[in-house]
Amino acid sequence: MDILYYLLPLVIASAVPLALVALGALFSERSGVVNIALEGIMLMGAFVGAIAIQQLEKTSLNLQIIALLGLLIGAFVGILFSLFHAFAAVNMKANQIISATALNMFAPAFAIFMARTFLGTQKVTIQGSYKIREVPILSDIPIIGDIFFKGAYLSTYVGILIFIIAVIVLYKTKQGLRLRSCGENPQAADSLGINIYRIRYAGVMVSGALAGMGGVIFVLSFAANFNATVAGFGFLALAVLIFGNWKPSKIIYAALFFGAMRVISSSYYVISFLNNFNLTSEIYSMIPYVATLVVLAFVSKKSAAPLAAGEPYDSGKR
Amino acid sequence: MNINRIILIVVAFQYLFYRIFLYFKQNRKNVSSENKNLINILGSVIAILIGFIFGLILMLIVNPSQALEGFSIIIIGGFNEGFESIGNMIYFSVPIILTGLSVAFAFRTGLFNIGATGQLTMGAFTAVYIGVKWSALGEISPILHWGVAILFALIAGAVWGAIPGFLKAYRNVNEVVSAIMLNYVAMYLNTYLIKKYIYNQSYARAMDIKATAATPDLNLQYLFPNTSINAGIIVAIVVVIILYIILNKTTFGYELKAVGFNREASRYAGMNAKRNIVLSMMISGAVAGLAGAMIFLVIGKNLKPENVLLSEGFTGIAISLLGLSSPFGVLIAGLFFGSLQQGGYYLQLLNFKPEIIDIIIAVIIYVSALGLIIQKLVLFFMKRKETKVKQANDSLEGGDK
Repeated sequence: MDILYYLLPLVIASAVPLALVALGALFSERSGVVNIALEGIMLMGAFVGAIAIQQLEKTSLNLQIIALLGLLIGAFVGILFSLFHAFAAVNMKANQIISATALNMFAPAFAIFMARTFLGTQKVTIQGSYKIREVPILSDIPIIGDIFFKGAYLSTYVGILIFIIAVIVLYKTKQGLRLRSCGENPQAADSLGINIYRIRYAGVMVSGALAGMGGVIFVLSFAANFNATVAGFGFLALAVLIFGNWKPSKIIYAALFFGAMRVISSSYYVISFLNNFNLTSEIYSMIPYVATLVVLAFVSKKSAAPLAAGEPYDSGKR
Repeated sequence: MNINRIILIVVAFQYLFYRIFLYFKQNRKNVSSENKNLINILGSVIAILIGFIFGLILMLIVNPSQALEGFSIIIIGGFNEGFESIGNMIYFSVPIILTGLSVAFAFRTGLFNIGATGQLTMGAFTAVYIGVKWSALGEISPILHWGVAILFALIAGAVWGAIPGFLKAYRNVNEVVSAIMLNYVAMYLNTYLIKKYIYNQSYARAMDIKATAATPDLNLQYLFPNTSINAGIIVAIVVVIILYIILNKTTFGYELKAVGFNREASRYAGMNAKRNIVLSMMISGAVAGLAGAMIFLVIGKNLKPENVLLSEGFTGIAISLLGLSSPFGVLIAGLFFGSLQQGGYYLQLLNFKPEIIDIIIAVIIYVSALGLIIQKLVLFFMKRKETKVKQANDSLEGGDK
C-alpha cells in the first residue's frame, strides 16, 4: 500500500501534463488543423518558462506564485509560437505536417543556441522545490488525501482546473460548437456565417497555450535541470489523443494509462514485482512507446478523427 | 586564405548546380510562368535565402561585431578550406542524402516517414554488429565483409520501416505517430543491444569495427587530402539512380505513386494498396538503414550507447523537402546541407554556437512549407517581367503602326 501511495501521485503528475496537452491537440484537430508541433511548442514554453522561473527565484516572491507566473508565461509563449503553425496551416494552406515538423526542429535548436549563448550552459537549473507538502484540511481525508493532497504540485491542480474549464468551453458554449463544426464540415459551417479562419486560429492558439503550459508543468514536476527536451511528451500527448479517440473523457483514461506506463519505466526499481525480472533500465524505458504502439494497433480501426482535420479550407468545395 | 578564389569556386559550383538542376527538373522545356518545376525550384531558393537572412539577423542580435564574418563562413560553408573541406562536405552529406532519399521516396508514395531516425539506428547497429563480430567474412574478402554488413543494415532498416507501414495498411494507425514511437524504441533498443553484445567498457562505446568492414576509401584521399571521404558518395549516387528508375521508369513505382495519390482509386484499378504501402515503407526504411551503415562503417566512428535520437533522420526530412522529393534534387540539397554543416563547424572559430545552422535549416523548411506564398511571389515577379516584355513589344508594334 505504501508503494501505491508513492506511485499514484507520480502517475497523476505525469498524466496531468499529458492530458492537458492532448486536450490542446483536441482543440486544434477539432477545428480542423493537425498539430504535431506540440513537442516543439511544449519545449518553447518549457524553455522560456524555466528561464523566467530561474530569474524570478532571485526575487523574494513566494515559490507558488513564481510557479503560477511561470505557467502563465509558458502559455503566452506557447500561443506566440503556435501562431506560426496557424499562419502556415490556415492562411498559407501549407502541408500541416511539414510546417509542424519545422517548428519541432526549430524549438530545440533555438533553446540550445540561446541557452549556450546567453547562459553559457545548455542546462537551465531551477533551485526551489515546488512540491506542496500537504494541503491543509483536504490532506486529512483518508486515502484520497494521501494520494491527491500530499506531496503534489500546484501546477497539477492548475492543470486539472484548466482541463475542466476547457472541456466546458468545448462542449457547453456556442464557440465550442462552432469550433467542432469547423473540423467536421467547414464548408457547411462557412455557409452559416462562421469565420473558418478565425475559429481555426483560435483552435491552434488554445493548443499552443495548453502545450506551453504543459511544458512548464513538465519542468516544475520532472526537470529541475531543464536540458532542451521535454522527453517526447508532446508526441506521447498525440498518442493519448488518438487513444482517447478525440474525446476528453477518454483522454483522461488514456493519459492515466500512459502516465502509469511512464512511472513503471522510471520507477520500476521500487516495484518488487517488476524488479524481480532483472531487466536493464532500457527495456523499462521502452515500455511507454511499445505500449502506445500496441494500443494504437487495437484502437485505430474505429477512429473518430475529425473529418476535415489536416485539410486546408477551400471555400470552393462548397 | 584567398577570398577571391573561394568566391570564384563558390560561384562556379552554384552555377553548375543550377544548370544540373534545370536540366533534370525541366527537361529542356521553355522557361515560362506555366513551368511548375521552375517555380518550385525558385521556391526552394527563396526559402534558402529567407533562412539565411533570418540567420544573419539572429547573428546580428547575438553578436553584432562578428556577425558578418560568421555569416560569410556559413555561406562559403564547405569551401572554406578548398579541397579539404569539400572532401569533408561530401563525406558528411552521404548519410543525410540517404535519409533524404528515404523520406523523399516515402513522400512520393504518399507517406510521411518521420521514422528515418529509428530505421537508421537499427541499420547502424546491425552493420556495426557484423563489422565487429563476423570477422571470418573479412578473411575471405574485405569487400564481402563490408557488403554483408551493408546488406543486413538494409534488411534491418526495411524491417523497422515495415512496422509503421504494416500498422498503417492493416490497422489504420497514423504512420507519423507510430514511427515516432518506433524512433524511441529503436533508441533504447540500440543502447540495450550495444551494452549486451558489443560494449567497449573502457571507452563507454561500441567496439571498433574490423578494418575489413570499413567502407573502402577508393584512394579518394589523394584528391581530397586530410579528409574522411570514402566510397559512400558513390553508394549514395547509385541509390539516387536506382530510386529514380523505380519511381519514374517502372510499373511498380507507378503503382506506389498511384496508391499514394488516391488509395481508393488505385484499389479500384486493381492494385494491392495495402501491400504497396508496406513495400513503400520497407524501401524507405532500407535506404535509411543504409544511411546508418554509412555513418558507422568508418574506422574511428563508434556507435555510442547514449539515449539520443540520431539527428540525421530529421535532417533527411529537410533535405527531402528542399530537394522537392526528387532523387536528384535530394542529392543536390544534401550536398548543400553538407556545406552548411561544414560552415557550422568553421563557425566555432568565432564566438558562435553551431546550433544556429539547425535554426537556419528549420526556418528554411518552414518557409518552404509556405509553398503558396512563395509561388505567388515568383509568379508575381515572372508576370511582371513578362508584362514588361509584352508592353515593350506592344509599344514597338504600336510604333510601327
